[in-house]
Amino acid sequence: MSSKQPSSPSRRDFLRQSLVAVPAVSLMGTAAIAQTQSGTAATPAVAAGPKYTPRYFTAPEWDFLEAAVDRLIPSNEDGPGAVEAGVPEFLDRQMEAAYGHGGLWYMQGPFVPDSPPTLGYQLRYTPRELYRKGIAAIDDWCQKQHNQKFAALPADQRDAILHQLEKGEIKLDDVPTAAFFSQLLTNTKEGYFADPMYGGNKQMGAWKMIGFPGARADFADWVEQPGKVYPFGPVSIEGAKS
Amino acid sequence: MIRMKPVDIVIVGFGWTGAIMGIELADTGLKILALERGAYRDTSPDFVYPHNADELAYGIRGELFQPLARETVTVRHAVSDTAVPYRQYGSFLFGNNVGGAGIHWNGQHYRPSPEDLEIHSHISKRYGQKFMPDDMQIQDYGVAYDELEPYLEQFEYLCGTSGTAGNLNGEIKPGGNPFEGARKKPYPNPAVADTYGAKLFADAARAVGYHPFPQPSDNASRPYTNPHGVRLGPCNLCGYCERFGCFMYSKASPQTTILPVLMRKPNFELRTHSHVTKINLDSSGKRATGVTYIDAQGQQVEQPADLVIVSAFQMHNVRLMLLSGIGTPYDPNTGKGVIGKNYAYQMMSSIGVFFDKDVAINPFIGGGAGGVQIVDDFNADHFDHGPHGFVGGAYIYGGQTGGRPIQQLIVPPGTPSWGAGWKKAAKDNYLHATTVATHGSVMSYRDRYLDLDPTYKDAFGLPLLRITFDWHDNEYKMSQFVTERAQEIVKQMNPKATSLTLRKPGDHYDIRQYQTTHTTGGVIQGASPDSSALNRFQQSWDVSNVFVTGASAFPQNLGYNPTGLIGGLTYMSVKAIRETYLKQPGPLVQA
Ligand SMILES: Cc1cc2nc3c(=O)[nH]c(=O)nc-3n(C[C@H](O)[C@H](O)[C@H](O)COP(=O)(O)OP(=O)(O)OC[C@H]3O[C@@H](n4cnc5c(N)ncnc54)[C@H](O)[C@@H]3O)c2cc1C
Ligand code: SF4
Repeated sequence: MSSKQPSSPSRRDFLRQSLVAVPAVSLMGTAAIAQTQSGTAATPAVAAGPKYTPRYFTAPEWDFLEAAVDRLIPSNEDGPGAVEAGVPEFLDRQMEAAYGHGGLWYMQGPFVPDSPPTLGYQLRYTPRELYRKGIAAIDDWCQKQHNQKFAALPADQRDAILHQLEKGEIKLDDVPTAAFFSQLLTNTKEGYFADPMYGGNKQMGAWKMIGFPGARADFADWVEQPGKVYPFGPVSIEGAKS
Repeated sequence: MIRMKPVDIVIVGFGWTGAIMGIELADTGLKILALERGAYRDTSPDFVYPHNADELAYGIRGELFQPLARETVTVRHAVSDTAVPYRQYGSFLFGNNVGGAGIHWNGQHYRPSPEDLEIHSHISKRYGQKFMPDDMQIQDYGVAYDELEPYLEQFEYLCGTSGTAGNLNGEIKPGGNPFEGARKKPYPNPAVADTYGAKLFADAARAVGYHPFPQPSDNASRPYTNPHGVRLGPCNLCGYCERFGCFMYSKASPQTTILPVLMRKPNFELRTHSHVTKINLDSSGKRATGVTYIDAQGQQVEQPADLVIVSAFQMHNVRLMLLSGIGTPYDPNTGKGVIGKNYAYQMMSSIGVFFDKDVAINPFIGGGAGGVQIVDDFNADHFDHGPHGFVGGAYIYGGQTGGRPIQQLIVPPGTPSWGAGWKKAAKDNYLHATTVATHGSVMSYRDRYLDLDPTYKDAFGLPLLRITFDWHDNEYKMSQFVTERAQEIVKQMNPKATSLTLRKPGDHYDIRQYQTTHTTGGVIQGASPDSSALNRFQQSWDVSNVFVTGASAFPQNLGYNPTGLIGGLTYMSVKAIRETYLKQPGPLVQA
């Protein structure tokens, strides 16, 4: 009756194009590919793009976020850090999406914030509100304790504060710090690994670092070669290739 | 209120079971209407490449799931606690559109073990009544395996399930599950090839003396045309399966197995954006007159119908029955009443298995179901429970469904959760790690049930469903025992490191952690109206022109994924409707 093509033309074209662009690297290990690709093959359009101007976060909030995510995923020889991967841009853009407005969560009261943690998130704050309140309160605390805002503190001190936040050791009036930290870390990793079209994972740097081929989604020929390193670098949804 | 022209049959919710009901009743020529609260969805344009390969949108933000902002459930651990809303997705995920959760399921397609269906009788006979704790209230389904077998087969042939038979007409076959009930026919398609993680697991399991077999999969291993003439294409193990729609026409779903035929039937109509709020009863309370729903414009609409099929998914089925006042609500204090009774879930454990860099797992190669290996030696009553003191079991699973980095990246124990150490561990381990997990049953208990929440409401102002649930000792013991067996296999795999997630006594049910969407019970089927809401044909004992499909009918949960059994029970029910009920409407079983 309904005989459908198992593969749409657009998909076939897409794959053909992206496969053509892949150099003959099938005998090289993934590590070698990651090396050759993370450097020169970067798409210049993105690299040379204008600096992102935040729409939701204020300048002090932006400073906080850059200073925080830079410690959550630091830049080093292993691969890109969260800042160069564009995680702050990702976070800002998420705040403008339904997600940031709490549109994906059930937000009717009454709110019982001291419920057992196993019953999940019970704060009245949407992500936008949680970031706004959380950052202000932490900067305030840093100012009082260390005479400087979080972003102005040296890296090791920022690390120490992040550890304290994670463990809920810093008590702030409105914001449970462990909940704030968990939100920040979760969203940071999302931005680092999500498709680059969301603003993070610039040049698919995080995917290249771990060896994830992104949106290739076509492994029929590879399941029968168990244990062989998959040779192709990542592609992104909007067609970036490597 | 708007009043629509009457129909013969109204189907509430158009997911897996609603679609089966629709197609199996279509040839009666009766006027059938399906009401679905969500939107129309089809492979094209909704799941096309490359847009489907978007982990953030589908895997994390849950584009295809029920928006919790409009409707959720509330949860508490004990009868004396106050429940709070399930505000963000964690433990389980709900479907929301045409196709239901059947769009974004994995396609792990199991039959129950014969003893699962008669568990109370079986356990009593083999181990004695005392083997079950006092507050455990497990029951038989009122349907035996041999009777259900043709319907289980019918659903497998609809889906084009790929697998290796283990018991063909009583003969144990190599490479299949030797513990399964006898099947009359082999699977319609051969098993999907193993991914590397699964192969390492299976080799190790065999060496330890267990019986691994490929997971029965509704990710097709080859092109397949089902009995309705609808075609599936071969799965390419894209790694974007569970939580995603399939862009390859490879994952069995209502869209890929039924809708192309059903949507063309002139006597079938589908109305989307139609949210049913109530099943209406006549003044006697013994007969349904149809349903009320809210349409896309927010208007209340009354839809008269002679027969009402409730197929809105387990939780929503229970809520609709409670909102409509059909059947007596369950009371945990007296153990009386049936609607909301015997809510159960599943208990999982998992082991991260980390290898050296010379072992290329390529975790992103994965299907939701295919390419994974299973050990079923410690599920159901496949082993002597006597020395172990618990009821139920789990299957052990080796391999992975994909390597999506936000959700599925795992790091060895001792790795910090952020910073340079986390990053290095992510980089060093991603390509070289796989998972071994246990997928276990949960029995039903007197104090675990569903009712309407007294405080929290949905977007229409109607009370949310409230879950009262926590683990019992029986399940901690089960999980500990089967996890130890899984660890024996993992040891044989000789990894460089392992991590363990195991729920131990004292750990409360944690709704933040995804385990499974295999929630069960609340409108259970059984032998008598005193102990069940439905008879063996899934017909309400109280209102005989209401049938309720789905896992809400399970009197307790299995170690297996539920949909194979759900499908079988639906086919059995619809055959009774077609061949008996419609000829002479009334109770199919005398109370
Ligand atoms: C991520 C995930 C993975 C899964 N993997 C597996 C697996 O591998 N194996 C397995 O066996 N099972 C699996 N399941 C479970 C499987 O999807 C369900 O068992 C199956 O879909 C149940 O069928 P159903 O018809 O009862 O409900 P559904 O298929 O969910 O359909 C219910 C429909 O009713 C609609 N509805 C609800 N309320 C209303 C209302 N008030 N008015 C109108 N319409 C309404 C919903 O929108 C939905 O479309 C998985 C589920 C999820 C979420
Ligand atoms: S893994 Fe296979 S069945 Fe699943 S979505 Fe991908 S192609 Fe479809």
